[in-house]
Amino acid sequence: MVEFLTGWLPEGLQFTARTLLYIVAILLPLIISVAMLTLAERKVIGAMQARLGPNRVGPFGLLQPFADVIKLLIKEVLLPNSANRFLFLVAPMLTLVPALAVWAVMPFSPTAVLADINAGLLFVLALTSMGVYGVILAGWASNSKYALLGAMRSAAQIVAYEIAMGFALVGVLMASGTLNLGQIVEGQSGNIATWYWLPLFPLFIVYFISGVAETNRAPFDVAEGESEIVAGFHVEYSGAAFAMFFLAEYANMILIAMLTALLFTGGWLSPFQGIPVIGDTFLGASNFIWLALKTGFFLFCFLWFRATFPRYRYDQIMRLGWKVFIPITIIWLFVEGVMVWAKIGPWSA
Amino acid sequence: MITTAIFWLFALVLVGAAIGVVTSRNPVYSVLYLVLAFFNSAVLWVLLEAEFLGIVLVLVYVGAVMVLFLFVVMMLDVNVEKVKEGFTRYMPIGVFVALTIVGQICYVVWHKKMGFELMVTPAPTPEGYSNTEAIGEVLYTQYVYPFELAAVILLVAIVAAITLTMRKRQGLKVQDIAAQVAVNRNDRVRIVSMDVEREPSTDGESS
Repeated sequence: MVEFLTGWLPEGLQFTARTLLYIVAILLPLIISVAMLTLAERKVIGAMQARLGPNRVGPFGLLQPFADVIKLLIKEVLLPNSANRFLFLVAPMLTLVPALAVWAVMPFSPTAVLADINAGLLFVLALTSMGVYGVILAGWASNSKYALLGAMRSAAQIVAYEIAMGFALVGVLMASGTLNLGQIVEGQSGNIATWYWLPLFPLFIVYFISGVAETNRAPFDVAEGESEIVAGFHVEYSGAAFAMFFLAEYANMILIAMLTALLFTGGWLSPFQGIPVIGDTFLGASNFIWLALKTGFFLFCFLWFRATFPRYRYDQIMRLGWKVFIPITIIWLFVEGVMVWAKIGPWSA
Repeated sequence: MITTAIFWLFALVLVGAAIGVVTSRNPVYSVLYLVLAFFNSAVLWVLLEAEFLGIVLVLVYVGAVMVLFLFVVMMLDVNVEKVKEGFTRYMPIGVFVALTIVGQICYVVWHKKMGFELMVTPAPTPEGYSNTEAIGEVLYTQYVYPFELAAVILLVAIVAAITLTMRKRQGLKVQDIAAQVAVNRNDRVRIVSMDVEREPSTDGESS
């Protein structure tokens, strides 16, 4: 179909046009997923608190996120009087652009990936680490004490948890021997016990919790703790500029959930793979549906945490990141090194 | 052709950003220009097919080091006027150093008779060549001792920096998490059996 759509273009432009079409084919479903995730969040938390959640707009409230988007887009973007105009308007884009650009290297199935680069995982790490600039600059440019406090908290938290996250990924790299996301998934094939969650169990837990902290989600959402600093770094933002922060936050949630699915729970590999009888039917085949199910499960965990845990105090967040997670990852890297050396477990081959 | 155009685009932005670092009045803008400069040099490295170094430059410098820079610059109230005080006094020597370096570079690039061997453009690497693996192989075999040495020096630097800033403050309230976790019921709760203070009223119905 892509060939049909771009066939009439001159030779040189076809590649560009195709790439643009692929980008739209990735980003459009992503944005719709973000919209549905906001609805799912309100529905799931509603159910956990014995409420109904939004159910007025459309059947089962399905059109609620679109109503929210329209409301946000037609609202006025307010500029605080003493704000730094340029940085105030650039900050939301600095958050959104890396959050969307990361998806270029994400594999969705064995064949569907836009840019199959060697250093895919490094690219993901580099781009997600850039998102913090939007947050800091938003807080600083707003020229408001609550926004600045929120930005400082968020920056310290993201920098702290990035280290634990990076160490957890080192463990994945040691197990797979490659930085290419597709090959990391293929390296886990076998059965449910050869997925990396089992041999790398502590790293799996540390990675997912650090991911929750990286995205500033509850219970690590001191950056926008409403009881202390109103709404944190985006307290001065309204309308479309606020919507961009919102979109970036939810896109990052989906990214972390999908990365956890890809790196630790076998991505598109079927959990029935390797089991006699069932494994040979269509249930054992690897396809995108398994990846979507696993991603959906981790996204549900994000919402579940939010409905369950009270917010961490700031110093406890720092303690957890620096004094608990980083030592755990370092110890497990050492254990893993011994396992590789002694050829135990998945390294026996 | 396109590669050259991309090179010039990013190289010009890089030089512009570098000038911005030293000329902008607001220190926060200086830091942001420096971020832009790092990012553009990372792109130039990727153009040279050194994708590992390019991405690591973004990851380490843009993603971590410059965030801390920005953090500090925002917290401190840097007085730009005071920093610029000796500008005219030191200007001549600065101009002298800059001109010398530019002159040396021009000499090496254009005056080829001095015996400087200019590097020929390397052939593009074959498909499937992994920059990361190549670096890893050299780093952990040929250069393993210098690599380990650098790691130890960095560790010493971290320890030194932490020791320098460590100070015990008086009256600081600190949580002892281990003690909190280790506590058990018998340390906190005491069951006391008390005598009954007043006889329960026997004439319950009349009152």
